[in-house]
Amino acid sequence: MAEITEVPSPFCGIGTDDLTIQVNGVSLKVVENGCAVNSPAFEQAITDTSARVDGKEVSLEAAVAKAAALLKDTNQPVIGGCATDVNGMRALLALADRSGAVVDNMNFTGARNNFLALQDSGWMNTTLAEVKNRCDLLLVVGVDLESFSPRFFERYLWNEESMFLDDTGKREIIYLGKAPSGNASTSPGGRKASVFECTNGDLPDVIAVLRALVKGNPIRVDSVGGIAVADLQAIADKLKAASYSVVTWAAGALAYSQAELTVQTLSEMIKDINNLDTRSSGLPLGGKEGDQTANQVCGWTTGYPARTRFSSGFPEYDPYLNDTNFLLNNGEADALVWVQAFNAKAVPPVTDLPTIVVGRSGMTFAKEPDVFIPVGTPGIDHAGHAYRMDNVVAIRLKKLRESGLPSTFDVLHAIEQAL
Amino acid sequence: MLIKLTGGAVYDPASGIDGVKQDIYIQDGRVVNKPVGDFKVDKEYDLNGKIVMSGAIDMHTHIGGGKGNIARTLLPEDHRQDPVHRTDICRSGCGHAMPSTFVTGYRYAEMGYTAGFEPAVLPVNARQAHMEMADIPILDKGGYVLLGSDDYLLRMLTAKKDQKAINDYVAFTMQAAKAIGVKVVNPGGINAFKFNQRKLDLDEQNSHYGVTPREILQVLATAIKELGVSHPLHVHGCNLGVPGNMDTTLNTIQGIGGLPMHLTHIQFHSYGTEGDFKFSSGAAQIAEAVNKNKNITIDVGQILFGQTVTASGDNMRQHANYKHASPNKWVTMDIECDAGCGVVPFKYKDQNFVNALQWAIGLETFLLVDDPWRIFLTTDHPNGAPFTSYPHLIRLLMDRSFRNDVLATIHPEAQKMTTLASIDREYSLQEIAIMTRAGAARLIGLQDRGGLSAGNWADITVYTDNADRQKMFEKPDYVFKDGELVVVDGKVVHTKWGTTHVVKPDYDLSVEKDLQAYFDRFLTMKLGNFKISDDEITEDGRGSLTVHPLKGDVA
Repeated sequence: MAEITEVPSPFCGIGTDDLTIQVNGVSLKVVENGCAVNSPAFEQAITDTSARVDGKEVSLEAAVAKAAALLKDTNQPVIGGCATDVNGMRALLALADRSGAVVDNMNFTGARNNFLALQDSGWMNTTLAEVKNRCDLLLVVGVDLESFSPRFFERYLWNEESMFLDDTGKREIIYLGKAPSGNASTSPGGRKASVFECTNGDLPDVIAVLRALVKGNPIRVDSVGGIAVADLQAIADKLKAASYSVVTWAAGALAYSQAELTVQTLSEMIKDINNLDTRSSGLPLGGKEGDQTANQVCGWTTGYPARTRFSSGFPEYDPYLNDTNFLLNNGEADALVWVQAFNAKAVPPVTDLPTIVVGRSGMTFAKEPDVFIPVGTPGIDHAGHAYRMDNVVAIRLKKLRESGLPSTFDVLHAIEQAL
Repeated sequence: MLIKLTGGAVYDPASGIDGVKQDIYIQDGRVVNKPVGDFKVDKEYDLNGKIVMSGAIDMHTHIGGGKGNIARTLLPEDHRQDPVHRTDICRSGCGHAMPSTFVTGYRYAEMGYTAGFEPAVLPVNARQAHMEMADIPILDKGGYVLLGSDDYLLRMLTAKKDQKAINDYVAFTMQAAKAIGVKVVNPGGINAFKFNQRKLDLDEQNSHYGVTPREILQVLATAIKELGVSHPLHVHGCNLGVPGNMDTTLNTIQGIGGLPMHLTHIQFHSYGTEGDFKFSSGAAQIAEAVNKNKNITIDVGQILFGQTVTASGDNMRQHANYKHASPNKWVTMDIECDAGCGVVPFKYKDQNFVNALQWAIGLETFLLVDDPWRIFLTTDHPNGAPFTSYPHLIRLLMDRSFRNDVLATIHPEAQKMTTLASIDREYSLQEIAIMTRAGAARLIGLQDRGGLSAGNWADITVYTDNADRQKMFEKPDYVFKDGELVVVDGKVVHTKWGTTHVVKPDYDLSVEKDLQAYFDRFLTMKLGNFKISDDEITEDGRGSLTVHPLKGDVA
């Protein structure tokens, strides 16, 4: 039995790298600094160790050959999921380039709320260490932050000391939209977050009014979405009075039509605050299961985020039309490759098309795919790199055990070479 | 395999050879002397009438790291203007302002470049810089790691730590980030912006630390010298883009007290306040100071007209300039108590007075600095223009009548404010070879690159002489990388992977004790997870590290 310390996690998005994990053969146990997201993700047992074709166990070589045969004469395969490490994405994009596939990260429909805002007007953002040391006011919009990242507050808000705040316990936390599900946002001294709840449907109006108040524009109603305008005025005043406010949201949690406009309004509001003689920054949440990794690697390889097609022989980005489900439902795809090395529960959409799954060991399928190749998980079965939520820090994932499972890179590279 | 390049006119300033007809032999990737006795040439290229130089080296180009990828993500409409198809040899991608990594490698090679150096590697983002550069084919690469706005250094200065402690920290960071140089961007200014300071002059104090940019430059330039790092401190000075900033730049040159210092994209720091528009050229004064102070090297950061995107670590100045964004969208980031970045798309217009004069200021600088060993050809890609405009820039430098023809078309008030028309100088081929090859290799401290004498790696570019220098430099006949033929007639015919150039200055291991405590208290990752291991560069089987000697090492 071995114990490995300072283990970084690719699962929680906030780049925790202080886990201690006991390794006993191929079974893992998080013994220090685990959480509701990371511990089960690390501890999940290996069940499948060999590849299958049509439900029958075969050698890896046979499965790769079958996958290549299925892809050989396709016109527009879709590679969905795209949940893997940097090297896995490199191989995935090489395969897509060769086979004329569409590449689509499974979290893109949520992330699209951010990309559309970014590509239309931009933003002013920050990263976790700046939050830890500078943030004196955190505005949490439309997300239950602690269920998203259980250790966010412990690591980045209630840290014992910071470089620029005398007392981190005096930071102010405000929730707008969703209420917190627990008490992680309560300071160690017992100070509770202020919570102003509204429905997702009312969030666009509430945020629009907040921005108007920041700019000093008159508002002629008393309440919006059930929140008193006086309360929003108080939030606006606090944003203007703070030295370094941070506004956070999770693009995927803004699950309503045209939520990109909410992200844009928030981002423009942050710019406004920076023109009022103080500082403010945005902090989009994300980084789970390789979503930032997929967008980063696709970004430098193609110029575009990970919803990009290669069917014309060059990359073409379309944040709507290149959606896996849209293509499957419209009969525009002729094969599905599903790549998900992190989460055995994230299975592919059911389709009658030839389906190849390169997935974490332990996946169960409503319909057995034509080819299933279990792969190792980056950060457990092999070393690798993954981006955390703030998109700047790529964490170095460690190999924790000798499972014999191939990496996503190994498998996708072999399929590409076989084409 | 023995390759012979026969009869070309060789321009190899590293050996003092200026257009002499010479044969070159290549074996095992390197240039070798003519073998003695009987020997068999496996492959011969007849280069009679051709011009031979070593592969060009871009010593300042933003080709790897987070801000470049933000720039890519920000501008899908720019990529759509320049889609790049997959071929049997090359990957697909996009081109123009901020090309995809694969296309970056192909297009540099197709212009005869064989190496590029990313000048702004944030320590905490260094992994990304190296991972992106690992996906740039053909080119050798390397990076200058960014210091000067990181809270750790500023805390050291406030605590009056001695120079030795600073040297240890600088050396540690260079090794952790796998760097070959150190850059400082708006010294202390990126940090000051986080405290809501919107400008920071050379002698202005950071409101929290009380440290000035001048102090930061002095300790870092001293550290570089004392550590024996060949590449001088690479400085993006204070007040980028501000009219009147030439005084800051002159003051920066005087203030460094003779220490080696490289002032980058100096065009953006050479502005006066004369004239009706209170914006004028300071190129003559800057060039005079450069000519006089032999410790100073510069690259120009020439702007050329058209759409591009500016991507900089200088979030303070980028924020100040966001109103010029075209198209109107922009990003700034504060990053990890380490640095920051700002990405602002720009469209430089020849009928805009300021842009037109910026163009002229860059060219004046090129033409007024005497010593081609101390000035380098850059557009600060993509900030002044995409790197693909280098052949056009070379023609502007080598062809006075062409230059004056273009000058006659720019904003008339800008024409009145520049001395360009009165400057007769035309760069020679040898001077171009110095700026883009021998000089660049010497400045960075690259061993066995940038020259054509025996022992050098065979990075070689062959051109057909053409009075139209743009045509000549945009389409080499042949490019060899490490002795392998990669480009024929301006098109990639074969790809390979270049190496990553680094230095490894020693440091006292005790520095890691303080750093570990600092990381645990204030940062968001463990020190052990911060350091980039050699494996990370080499484990994919494509990358390699080349460690260059420090000054004082026995070669």
